[in-house]
Amino acid sequence: MIRRLFDIIANNAVPAVFIIISAFAIPLSGYSASYLIQELLTRIGRNSFLILSLLIPIMAGMGLNFGMVLGAMAGQIGLLFICDWGIVGIPGIVLACLIGTPIAIILGIFCGHVLNRAKGREMVTSYILGFFINGVYQMVVLYLMGWIIPITNPALLLSRGYGVRNAVSLLGIRGILDNLIPTVITGTQGAGQFFNAQGGNPFILLQIPLIDGSIRIPLATLIVIALFCVFIIWFRKTKLGQDMRAIGQNQAVSDSAGIPVNRTRIIAIVISTVLACYGQIIYLQNMGTLNTYNSHDQAGMFSIAALLIGGASVSRASIANVFLGVILFHLMFIVAPVAGKNLIGDAQIGEYFRVFVSYGIIAIALVLHAWKRNREREAARRSLRGNKGGE
Amino acid sequence: MLLRLDHVGKEFYGNRVLSDISFDIDAGEIIGLVGENGAGKSTLLNILFGMPVIASTGGYEGTVQVDGKTVHFTSPNQALAAGIGMVHQEFSLIPGFTATENILLNREVLRGSSMSYVFSDRVSTLDREAMNSRAITAINTLGVNISPDMIVSEMPVGYKQFIEIAREIDRKNTRLLFLDEPTAVLTESEAEILITALKKLARSGIAIVFISHRLSEVKELCSRILVLRDGRLITDQKAEDLTTRQIASFMVGRESEKREVQQPIEIPDNPIDTISASEMLNPSPKKKRKKIRPALKVEHLWVDMPGETVRDVSFDVMKGEIFGIGGLAGHGKLGIPNGIMGLYPSGGRVKLFGKRLILNKPRAALGRKMAFVSEDRRGVGLLLDEPLDWNITFTAMQTQGRFLFGIPFIFQMRNERAMSKEAQKFIDQLSIKCTGPHQLASELSGGNQQKVCLAKAFVLKPDILLICEPTRGIDIGAKTLVLDTLREYNRENGTTIIITSSELEELRSVCNRVAIVDEGKIAGILPASSPAEDFGMLMMGQTKNNNDNNIDIENVNVNVNGEGEISA
Repeated sequence: MIRRLFDIIANNAVPAVFIIISAFAIPLSGYSASYLIQELLTRIGRNSFLILSLLIPIMAGMGLNFGMVLGAMAGQIGLLFICDWGIVGIPGIVLACLIGTPIAIILGIFCGHVLNRAKGREMVTSYILGFFINGVYQMVVLYLMGWIIPITNPALLLSRGYGVRNAVSLLGIRGILDNLIPTVITGTQGAGQFFNAQGGNPFILLQIPLIDGSIRIPLATLIVIALFCVFIIWFRKTKLGQDMRAIGQNQAVSDSAGIPVNRTRIIAIVISTVLACYGQIIYLQNMGTLNTYNSHDQAGMFSIAALLIGGASVSRASIANVFLGVILFHLMFIVAPVAGKNLIGDAQIGEYFRVFVSYGIIAIALVLHAWKRNREREAARRSLRGNKGGE
Repeated sequence: MLLRLDHVGKEFYGNRVLSDISFDIDAGEIIGLVGENGAGKSTLLNILFGMPVIASTGGYEGTVQVDGKTVHFTSPNQALAAGIGMVHQEFSLIPGFTATENILLNREVLRGSSMSYVFSDRVSTLDREAMNSRAITAINTLGVNISPDMIVSEMPVGYKQFIEIAREIDRKNTRLLFLDEPTAVLTESEAEILITALKKLARSGIAIVFISHRLSEVKELCSRILVLRDGRLITDQKAEDLTTRQIASFMVGRESEKREVQQPIEIPDNPIDTISASEMLNPSPKKKRKKIRPALKVEHLWVDMPGETVRDVSFDVMKGEIFGIGGLAGHGKLGIPNGIMGLYPSGGRVKLFGKRLILNKPRAALGRKMAFVSEDRRGVGLLLDEPLDWNITFTAMQTQGRFLFGIPFIFQMRNERAMSKEAQKFIDQLSIKCTGPHQLASELSGGNQQKVCLAKAFVLKPDILLICEPTRGIDIGAKTLVLDTLREYNRENGTTIIITSSELEELRSVCNRVAIVDEGKIAGILPASSPAEDFGMLMMGQTKNNNDNNIDIENVNVNVNGEGEISA
C-alpha cells in the first residue's frame, strides 16, 4: 500500500512541484488573469505541435527524440526559401512545409538508421546527431546559400555576398496561421475598442462577462493542433501504432513475432522528424523572426523539458502530458521573471530559473527512468524466484 | 504421418552434437523428449525450426518430412507456415499488452480502410472486438479461464504460459506444437491444469512434443518417450513400458558402471581415502567424528543470479570435505557459490565455522578466508591484459595486503620480486605452460588459464575453496590435471572444497558427497558412490518434494553428525 502511494507520488512528482511553484509565483507576479490566459494561449499555439512530435518515438521505445532538431532545421530551410522568393501568407507556409518535408524525411531516415545501430542508447545518440547535423546545416546556410544555392534577396544575405544573415524577418508569414480565423474573447466593455483596432475586418467575437480586456485566440493554429491530436489517437489504433507499442516494450519478442523492428523504428523517427519540421514552421510564424543559427537549437531542449514537466517519462507520454506540460512550463516562464523581480529585485533570476529548470528536469527524468527500470528488472527477477526471501 | 525424421545428424565445426536421429510423430500424439544439457535437444529443435544458426554452420544431415514431403526450413517463418509451433522456455510476451494483444501479436484483425490501399495494411485500424473473440476461443480451447483484457505483466506466471500456448493455438494451421520446459515456472496445481489442457488439445488433433526434466509429468502426459543422450536417440518407447528409474538411467548413461572401472580413482573408496588423508577427518572411532562441525552451513539461501536463480537452498559442508554441486544448467547450481561469495544479490543465512557470514559483500567473504574460482574465467576470473604474476597475486594483494612494501594505509608499493617469485612457484607446481611470470594471461590456453585461476585462489591460503565449472572448455588432459590438483590440495592442506559442475561423472570422481540442484532447490544430497541413476532421478525432479527438501537435507546431516558417516 505504502509502496503504491510512493509510486503515485513518484510518477506525478514533477507536475505537482510545478503546480505548487506556480501557485506561489502567480500572485507574486501581479499579472491579470486575462493577460496570463492570452499569453498561455499564444504559447500553446506556438509550442504544442513541436512537443506532440515527440510522442511517437516514445511510443516506439526510442525515448525522447533529441533528434527532432533535425526536423526543425528542415523547416527553417523551407522558410528561408520562401523568404527569398517572397511568397507570403498561407501559400508561403504551405510551400515552406512542402520544401521542408523531403529534407525532413531524408534526415529522418538517416537518423533512424543511425539509431538502429545504437539500440538502447537512442537518446544520447540522437542528441549528438543533432550537433552533427547542425554542423551540416550551418555549412549549407553559412557557405552554400548565395554561392551554390541561389539566394537572390540581398536582405537575406550577409554583406560579403554569401551566407544567410543571423536574423531573418518572417514578416510575410508572421502570425498568418494564428490570425487566419481571427477570434477574440472580450468582456462586456472591451468589444467596441476591439472593433476599432481591427479596422472593420470580419472576425469571430465571443463575449464572456467575467473577462476584462480582450483575448485573441489563434484559432486556426489550435485547429491544426487538434487535428494532429486526432491523428495521434487514430495512429495508436492502427496496426503500425500497435507494432510500435510492441517494439517499445520488447524488441526481441516483437522481432520473433515477425514485426519488422528496424523498419518500424525508422518510420517512427521519420514521422517525428517531419512533424517537428511542421512544428518549427508553426513556431516561427508565430515568432515572426528566424534566428538562422539558434532557433532550432533550443527547440528540442525546451520541447522535451515541457513534455517531462507535463508528467511524461522516457517510456510513457500522452497527449494530456503535452498540454499540461506546455501550460506549466510556460506559466513558469511568464511569471518567474516578474515574480523574481518583485521578490528579489532582479529579473535575471527568471531567465536563470528557466534554463536551470529545463536542464534540471531532463536530468531528473533520465535518472528516474534508469532507477525505475532497475527496480522493474529486480521485481521481475524476484517474481521468478517465487517471491521467496523478501526484499 | 505428420513429421518424420530420417537419420538426422549435425556437426558443429567437426564437433558432433547429433547423430542418426530417426523418429516420427502422428497427429494427436503427445511425445516426451528428455535429455541432459548438451544431449542435443536444442540442436534438434533448431533444425526443425530452420534457425539460421544451422544453415550458417553447414546445414544438417538426413531428411525431415512433413506430411510425407521432404522439407528443408531455412527460416522459422517457413516452419510456422508448415504448421509447427513452438513455445519457448523464456516467455516471449509483451508485458504491457493484454492477453488478447499478445495472443494475436502481429496477427491482429484489421478493419479495411481506404488508406491501406495508398500505404500498406499497417495503417488500418485494429478490430478489437474480433480480436477479443478470437482470443477467447483460443483460451477456451485450453480449458482455462483468463480474461482477455488482463495485462500480462499483472498475471501470475502460470497464466503467461497459457497465453503463450494460446498464441500458438490461434495460428490456424498449427498441427505440431513443441513445448520447451513449459512447467518449469509453474506451481504443481498450475502444471496439472496445463497437462489437462494439453491432453484436451491433443484430442483435437494437434501433436505435441513435450520437453521437460520433470519425469513424473512426462510419464503422466506422454504416450511415447524419446530419450536423447550425447546426440543419440537412446530409446523410443511407449510411456507405459518405462519406469522413471529406467528413463533416468537412459539419460545419465547405463554403462556408467563400466566407466567407473575405467576411472583411475575407485569411487566407493574415494571419500574415505580422502578423508583419512586429511588431517581433520580421521577414519577413527565414531566418538571423535561426532565433534566435527560443519565448515560451511547454508540455510535458506536465495540468490538473484540471472539465469541461475537459487530459490531456497540449505546444506552443510564438513571441514576437509570435497562437496559437489550438480544439476542441469539454469537450475541455480552456479548461483549458490556466486551468491555465497556476494557476486549477486542474495539472502538467507550462511555460517562459516559457526560464525555468520555477511552476504552481498565479496570483500567480507574473501576476508573470511574463502576463495572463489569463477565459471566466467575470462570475465571475472582473470585480468586478461595483465601478466601472470599480477593475476596470481592480485586478490591476495587487495584483500590480505601481501606482496606489498611500505607503510600500510599511507604509502605502499607492489613488491614485484615477491610477486614473480610466488607466481613462479605456482607455475612450477601446477606446471602452467607459459614463457614465465610476465606473460599476459590472455595468451595462455584455456586449461592453463584455469590453472592460473586456481593458483590465484591457492595464494589466498583459503579455508574454503569454491570452484565453478573447473573443467569447462578445457581439453581432457588438462581436465585430469586440474581435478588431480584439487584432490591433492585437499589432501595436503585439509581445505574444504566446493565444486560446482555440470559434469556429473566429474563430480562423482572427485567429491565425497554431491548435492543435486533442481529448480533452485536442493533435490537431494548423495554420497558420490551412489549409482548414477540416483543422481539422474534427482535431476529429473524425482523424489523432489518441495516441502520435504529441508527434511532430506537434515536427514543427511543427522547421519553426518550422529552416525559419523559422511557416506550415508
